[in-house]
Amino acid sequence: MTFPRASLGSWALMLPLLVVILAVVSWPLAYTVGLSFTDAGLVASSGNFVGAQNYLSAMSDRGVRAAFYNTAWFTLVSVSLELVLGVLVGLLLNQEFRGRTLLRAMMILPWALPTVVNAILWRLIYNPEYGALNSALLQLGIIDSYQSWLGRPDSAMMAMVVADVWKNFPIVGLICLAALQSVPRDTQAAAIVDGAGPLARFRFVIWPYLAGPLMIALVLRTIEAFKVFDIIWVMTRGGPANSTRTMSILVYQEAFSFQRAGSGASLALTVTLVIMVLAGAYVSIMRRSALRA
Amino acid sequence: MERRSLLASVLIYAAALALAVLLLLPILWLFVMSISPAADLTAKPLRWWPETVDLSRYRMLLTWEPNSMGQAFLAALRNSLTVAGLAVGAALVVAVPAAWAVSRNPRLEWSLYALILTYMLPPVALAVPLYLGLARFGLLNSTVGLGIIYLSMLAPFTAWLLKSGFDAIPRDIEASAKLDGARLDQILRILILPLAAPTLATAALFALLLAWDEFFYALLFTSDQRAKTITVAIADVAGGRVADYGQIAAAGVLAALPPLLIGLVMQRAIVAGLTSGGVKG
Repeated sequence: MTFPRASLGSWALMLPLLVVILAVVSWPLAYTVGLSFTDAGLVASSGNFVGAQNYLSAMSDRGVRAAFYNTAWFTLVSVSLELVLGVLVGLLLNQEFRGRTLLRAMMILPWALPTVVNAILWRLIYNPEYGALNSALLQLGIIDSYQSWLGRPDSAMMAMVVADVWKNFPIVGLICLAALQSVPRDTQAAAIVDGAGPLARFRFVIWPYLAGPLMIALVLRTIEAFKVFDIIWVMTRGGPANSTRTMSILVYQEAFSFQRAGSGASLALTVTLVIMVLAGAYVSIMRRSALRA
Repeated sequence: MERRSLLASVLIYAAALALAVLLLLPILWLFVMSISPAADLTAKPLRWWPETVDLSRYRMLLTWEPNSMGQAFLAALRNSLTVAGLAVGAALVVAVPAAWAVSRNPRLEWSLYALILTYMLPPVALAVPLYLGLARFGLLNSTVGLGIIYLSMLAPFTAWLLKSGFDAIPRDIEASAKLDGARLDQILRILILPLAAPTLATAALFALLLAWDEFFYALLFTSDQRAKTITVAIADVAGGRVADYGQIAAAGVLAALPPLLIGLVMQRAIVAGLTSGGVKG
């Protein structure tokens, strides 16, 4: 069925959604772009036009560079771990064994646990005085005194990554499992009859079905990780010694704690740009490999 | 399939067991902390399993007394429900017509793709103007104000999920209803929505999970019991000088309960929903 006046009627139906997005996303984004070229504060003054000054001084700022590095490191390490664990878990759950349905149901729990609750849970586990991790490692004889996992710059970020990976690898695993279940059984059987070993079967039979969904998981997780705020805010607020301060935390501090809205805006847009470039690169890689296949 | 060797079976069961422990242990520990006597939690080394069950923290959190921790917690629960309810309801209202229009006019599909791109924007890129805008309309520290912000987060992907639901409904039904003289709104209300009820429910629950989980905007735009949501309230409890870790754990358990239950119920739909956008693209 088509509309009598197809486009006009359709656009009318889309209008409420478009109005919401224009008012709550497009307008604020445009405003932020404007702000980023000023020295505006958060309240009162609308600031003066300063050209690209905010962007230029951000590039040479050591704090900004460190925050960017922290964000990239967090994203790279946690997303890689999530994908590797996700594929392994997907392969495991695709086997037949007793209790598989139950185990599959458990996989949703970390994902459904609210991010803030997850952060609090891990903060309690890492607690330097009474935490479960310290107690368990001591009882197992792995450490001989309690450690301040989140209190030391050299271990805080890794502890953060562990908490993030625990929450997110199961959903990647479930996405992989859904993909693996779409591999036709007779293709697999034929590959076995033809004498293909496990590695060859993974590469030539399973991988073509896995690659697409895995790419989607990669894109979604990368975007999420690059935006990371909640888990870090609750666990360390960017400390100790700014060792877990990511870009989102930095922008929050700049715009709301120090009330420098203009410079905060330029940093926020830089993050946005990086996310778009990353997502764009992934999608074009995906398109190109889809064409080749 | 090929028959598995004994060794392979043993490895599979060992891996499955390890995975189950990895998934459950942290959540179980949160629960154990919430019911352990405070002395057990400060023992060195820890007492892993409580000898007596202490439910006093739950009683404290669920008792409404003026200026108590319970009042703050229950108010936050109420605010989370209000904000999420408003946002999810409004998201469905704006997403249903849009999703149906796109489903019936594939030429418009690009517009939904464009809307999904908003997902790439970090909230910090919108926060300052939204703050100024809410302040301008007197909507800071209000559930309505926060609900409007959440609406913009939920609406694009709700529309996306609904569109794939509408795609599955044959167009012939609509055509014959039209011949019988049904108006556009009647077709939607009487015909399409009941048929799409399962998709609507999935989209609504999915949106509810997202709204319940949101922290950043709630942290910025709410300041007291009139609007503070559950995520901000428990971050407050954890950030404050609470001596009893079991209290923090109990608040976490209560906040996690609704989403965990929803997650268990709609596991399959969640996986399908997360990948639907990209698979077709």
